[in-house]
Amino acid sequence: MTPNLLLAAIMLINFMLVASNRVDKCISLAAVQGLLLALILLLMHPHWTFLALLMAAGTAGIKGVLIPVMLHRAQDRMRQEREPEPYVGYTATLIMAAAGTGLAFLLARRLPLQPGNLGTLFVPASIMALFTGFLLLTTRKRALLQVVGYLVLENGVYLFSLLLVKEMPLLVESGVLLDLVVGIFVMGIVINHITTAFDSQDTHRLAHLKD
Amino acid sequence: MIAALICVPLLAAALVWSMRPGMHRAKVLPVAAFLHLGLVLWAVAHAHRLSPGAWFRLDPLGAWMLLVVSAVFTICACYAPAYLALRTERDFGVFGAAMLGFLSMASLVATARHPGVLWVGMESMALATTPLLYYNKNRRSLEATWKYLLICSVGMALALLGTFFLAYAAQLGGMGEPIWMDRLVANAPSMSAPWLKAGFVLVLAGYGTKMGLAPLHTWKPDAYGETPGIVGTLLAGGGTTMAFLALLRMYAIVSAAGLGDFARELLVAAGLLSMAWACAFMIRQGDLRRLLAYSSVEHMGILAFGMGIGGKAVFFALFHVAANALVKSALFLGSGNIVRSFSSKSLGEMTGAIRRLPVSGWFFLLGFLAVTGTPPFAPFTSIFGIGSAALGGGHVLAGALFLALLAGVFVAMGSVILPVLQGDPDPAAVRTRYQDTVGLTAPIAGALLLALVLGLWVPGPLMNLLTRAAALAEGRP
Repeated sequence: MTPNLLLAAIMLINFMLVASNRVDKCISLAAVQGLLLALILLLMHPHWTFLALLMAAGTAGIKGVLIPVMLHRAQDRMRQEREPEPYVGYTATLIMAAAGTGLAFLLARRLPLQPGNLGTLFVPASIMALFTGFLLLTTRKRALLQVVGYLVLENGVYLFSLLLVKEMPLLVESGVLLDLVVGIFVMGIVINHITTAFDSQDTHRLAHLKD
Repeated sequence: MIAALICVPLLAAALVWSMRPGMHRAKVLPVAAFLHLGLVLWAVAHAHRLSPGAWFRLDPLGAWMLLVVSAVFTICACYAPAYLALRTERDFGVFGAAMLGFLSMASLVATARHPGVLWVGMESMALATTPLLYYNKNRRSLEATWKYLLICSVGMALALLGTFFLAYAAQLGGMGEPIWMDRLVANAPSMSAPWLKAGFVLVLAGYGTKMGLAPLHTWKPDAYGETPGIVGTLLAGGGTTMAFLALLRMYAIVSAAGLGDFARELLVAAGLLSMAWACAFMIRQGDLRRLLAYSSVEHMGILAFGMGIGGKAVFFALFHVAANALVKSALFLGSGNIVRSFSSKSLGEMTGAIRRLPVSGWFFLLGFLAVTGTPPFAPFTSIFGIGSAALGGGHVLAGALFLALLAGVFVAMGSVILPVLQGDPDPAAVRTRYQDTVGLTAPIAGALLLALVLGLWVPGPLMNLLTRAAALAEGRP
């Protein structure tokens, strides 16, 4: 069974993320994406080994539950304020995401694949998620949305790593996941400091340092 | 043995963390630093007796880079007690633990045998340095920390994807686990070229961000500008060195696969762009630390350029890693003393630094001359070597551009720094009670002395190590 349907769903979520202007909705969308990743991992193993189950549970737990809950909590603690307008408008980012998807498909066609991976959307979906995350990071002003962007970007990298799941050993995979958690955790701490110091998480106010 | 390199600083970090506040805490740093440096020297001398483990091994390239970082760390650690005594209002626990955590992760990066482990080490190193950036705990340092965290995290994500591409290229080439670096180099010719190329571009962008190659360097001026000089030293002399090593590990594989020309063109372009960018932003720069940050961007450009020229220039690029790290230590620590004396890092408010702080002022002047490639300091040797390798190797246009940019940087940097050092101090300028002390100037003298000695004479064993490291960097076992 090919996981193409799930990969298409992940690509669809990317579009929804770019089009949405609500932080809590974006966090939830990223959480669904994390759960889908775990599901794809299970689909790729016809016989569920202990290792595969452990990794899927870890992925779902960290990307689908732990980090989104952390982000939702951070969002709840924020003083409710009007959403700052993004640097680039929603329609414009949507068009950029669509263009990026086209490029991802073009790029993916130029790269040879292993027989087992032929006909799957892994490479374009991965590159597209990377691009979407990058778009969110650069066009949004809210610190939490930038963290969501980073998470989506990481999801893109993770998606590609599923092609290697038999090659890259568990130690490295878990190291990567652990670093992701710590990274987001550190970002959370810094966001807290930003909210205290600036009374807002609008990173637009972080613009004193320039040449 | 290799485990000790990683664990000793980690244990020291735990010790600092658990100790009660007080000045004796800061003394853990120099002790741990000398212990680590001793371990590295012992390991380098007895490298033939160290058998590689499954995950770690010490090869000449990693050993050379680790030696540089350990030396820079020791210089910082000697500076730390006197520096922290000036800042008793700050709790030292997090700062000291983060510094030692950085050293531990740098050792992990230098000895990693697997590209995945290497990546984990680089990411952990970046996270360990984050608290250091926020040391001053004000809005400006918060902004710098946020930018550093986001930009470097994205860079690390790109590097990770590049690492995965590399693994996929190996898989397509019929290579199974374990994908050790040495095995990858040996099997490189059979690996899939399109994936290797795409992977190298990603890794260059990713680790290039951490190195601070233009235009991915944007976190650097902010980070260096808003942190204490001691953190700037650690980032400019240690963090960038390890990022360069990570890039070289990938380069060695690509080069062994016969795609060297493709990679070298990219490196030369990235190098020249960084130098030009740095030169442009040095002109009329108003902030001392940001000026040093652009100098770091320039020197990362020199490293990339040297690698891209290939051949003899690779040897000099690796030598330049040490030359740059030592001189940058002197400059960053010296700038710390000057900034504290003037209570400002805005260049418009400083004049006559040599009059006010004769020792730090002179050292800073010597550091400026050294960093711009004045003989007989070590950077002169490496820059001259890279330049002549470029011109002699048929890269006439690139070599000429290289020399022109070096001259441009000398003029731009000099026109900003010399007015600070010369003349009489402005009587209206803030006069703090800061005075040069032995604890705050001896480490700078040590760094400059090492740079001077290396410029005049490279000991035989070191030369041997460098030659073997250069061969490894080019993918020749």
